[in-house]
Amino acid sequence: MRVVVVGGGPAGLAAADAAVRAGAEVVLVDSEPWLGGQYHRGTPQHADSRVRHLASSTVWAFEGLRLHVRSGPADSPHRTPHVLDADAVVLATGAHDRVVPFPGWDLPGVYTAGAAQALAKGQGVAVGRRVVVSGTGPFLLPVAESLVRVGARVVEVLEANAFGAWARYPGALANVSKLGELARYATVLGRHRIPVRGRAAVIAAHGDDRVTGVTVARLRPDWSVVDGTRRRIAVDAVCVGHGFTPRLELAVGFGCRLVGGFVAVDGTGATSVPGVYAAGEVTGIGGADLAAAEGAVAGAAAARAPEPPTRALRAVRRGRRFAEALAAAHPVREGRHGWLTPDTLVCRCEEVTLHDLDAALDLGAADVRTIKLASRAGLGLCQGRTCGLEIADLAAARLGHPLPDADAFHRRPLATPLRLGELADAPLLPEEDL
Amino acid sequence: MRITVDGEPHDVPPGRTIAGVLIASGRSSWRTTRAGERPRGVFCGIGVCFDCLVVVNGVPDVRACQRYPEDGDAVRTQHGAELPT
Repeated sequence: MRVVVVGGGPAGLAAADAAVRAGAEVVLVDSEPWLGGQYHRGTPQHADSRVRHLASSTVWAFEGLRLHVRSGPADSPHRTPHVLDADAVVLATGAHDRVVPFPGWDLPGVYTAGAAQALAKGQGVAVGRRVVVSGTGPFLLPVAESLVRVGARVVEVLEANAFGAWARYPGALANVSKLGELARYATVLGRHRIPVRGRAAVIAAHGDDRVTGVTVARLRPDWSVVDGTRRRIAVDAVCVGHGFTPRLELAVGFGCRLVGGFVAVDGTGATSVPGVYAAGEVTGIGGADLAAAEGAVAGAAAARAPEPPTRALRAVRRGRRFAEALAAAHPVREGRHGWLTPDTLVCRCEEVTLHDLDAALDLGAADVRTIKLASRAGLGLCQGRTCGLEIADLAAARLGHPLPDADAFHRRPLATPLRLGELADAPLLPEEDL
Repeated sequence: MRITVDGEPHDVPPGRTIAGVLIASGRSSWRTTRAGERPRGVFCGIGVCFDCLVVVNGVPDVRACQRYPEDGDAVRTQHGAELPT
C-alpha cells in the first residue's frame, strides 16, 4: 500500500505522518527544499522518519494514479525525473494569495502579502523601508508583524471590510488558539503605534519604474470609494492580499468535483475520484490548525487505517466553523471594480488592460475560453493563476451573469512548468524499489 | 557562497533565494515585459506569478523567488522573451 502526499505544508505533513502510522509506505513530494509549507516558512518541520521525502520536487502530470515528478533546482533543465505509482494520493497543495487589481498594481514594489511574509519569515528580508499593508482578512496582521520584525516601518494596515468583523461570528470563538495568536500580533502593532483601519484600502499605486506612493481611501461596505476620502501617502512598498486562491491544478486534472471553487471532500477527505484525497486549503481556507487536522484525517483514510482519528475529526469540525466565520466576515466586494481605470492591467503576464477585456466582451465573448482567446487574458506565463478568478468575476459583473466555465482557469494539463527538453525525454518506467 | 548578478558579485547567506539576494541588495525589479518593456520584480514571492524571472547560467525564465543559487551562478536581468544561450 503506497500513499503519495503532494505538498509538505501543515496538511501534507499531517497526512504523511498519519498514513505512515497506519502502516502505509509513504512518499511526500514537496517543491521546497525544507518541509513546512508557507505557514512554517523559516522554521523547517520534519516528517516521521519512515516517510520518504522528495524535496525540491513537483508533480507535473499523472496518468491514473501514476505520478510524474521532477526533482532539482527550480526551473532548471537538469532535474531528475521520477515516476511514482500510488494506491492513494493525498492532495495538499495549499493556496496562494488572491489579489484584486488596482491602478499601478503591476509596478515593482507592489507585493502580495504572502510574498512579504515569505521573504521576511523565510529569509529575513524586508520588501521595503516604508510599507503599507492592505487587503482583507486576519492574515494582514501577521504580515505586518513580520515586516516590523525585519526592520520595515509599517505606516498603516488597511482592512477593506470591517476590522475584526470575523470575531463577531459565533464560529470564530471555536478557535481559541487562533484568537490568542491574533491578539499577539495586534499587541506588537499597538506597541509600534501602527494604525489599523477598517473599511479602507489602497486603491492605486503610483510611480514611474517603482512604487513611490499610494492612494488610500475609505470604503463603503460594498468596497466602493467614499468621495472626498482619498489621500496620498509616500511608501516604497505595498503589500496586498484579498484572501486566498486554492492551487487546484492537480485536483482539476484528476477530475475532482469542486464546490464553490474548492475541492469537494467527504468526512474522510475523499474527493469524488476513487483513491484521491484532499486536505488543507485546497478544500477551503481555514488556516494551519484546520489544515493539519484535515491532513491527519485524509492520511489515515488514504492508508485505510482501521480506526478513524477521532481527535482530528473533532478538530476538523471546530476548525470548519472558524473557517466559515472567516469567509463570511471577509468577502471580496463588487465595488472594487470601480477602482479600475481603462488602462489598468487585468492580466499582468499578457499585459491585458480593462479596456482590452471590455473589447473582448463587446465582441461577444461570454465564457472563459472565448475571453482567453479574444483578449489573451490568462494565456501568459502564470497561466491565469494570478488573474483567472478576477477576470471571471469582472466579466460576470459586466455581463450580468456568471461565466458557464469559471473553473476553466484552473485547467492546466501540465500542473507545473516544464522545459520542452524535459518533456522530450524518453518516458520513464515506475520506480520498482523505493 | 558567491554569485554574480549582471556581472556584480553578491554574497549569498544560506537559505536565501535569488529574489531574496536581489531585494536585500536594494533592487525591486530585474526583468522587462515582452509587450510594454515594463520593469518587474517579485510579486507573489511563492512561484505562482512568474513576474520575477531571471537568466541563470544562460537559461532564461527561472523564477528568482523559487531558485536557491549555487556557488558561482551567473545571474542576469531578463529582457522580454529570451531564448537559452
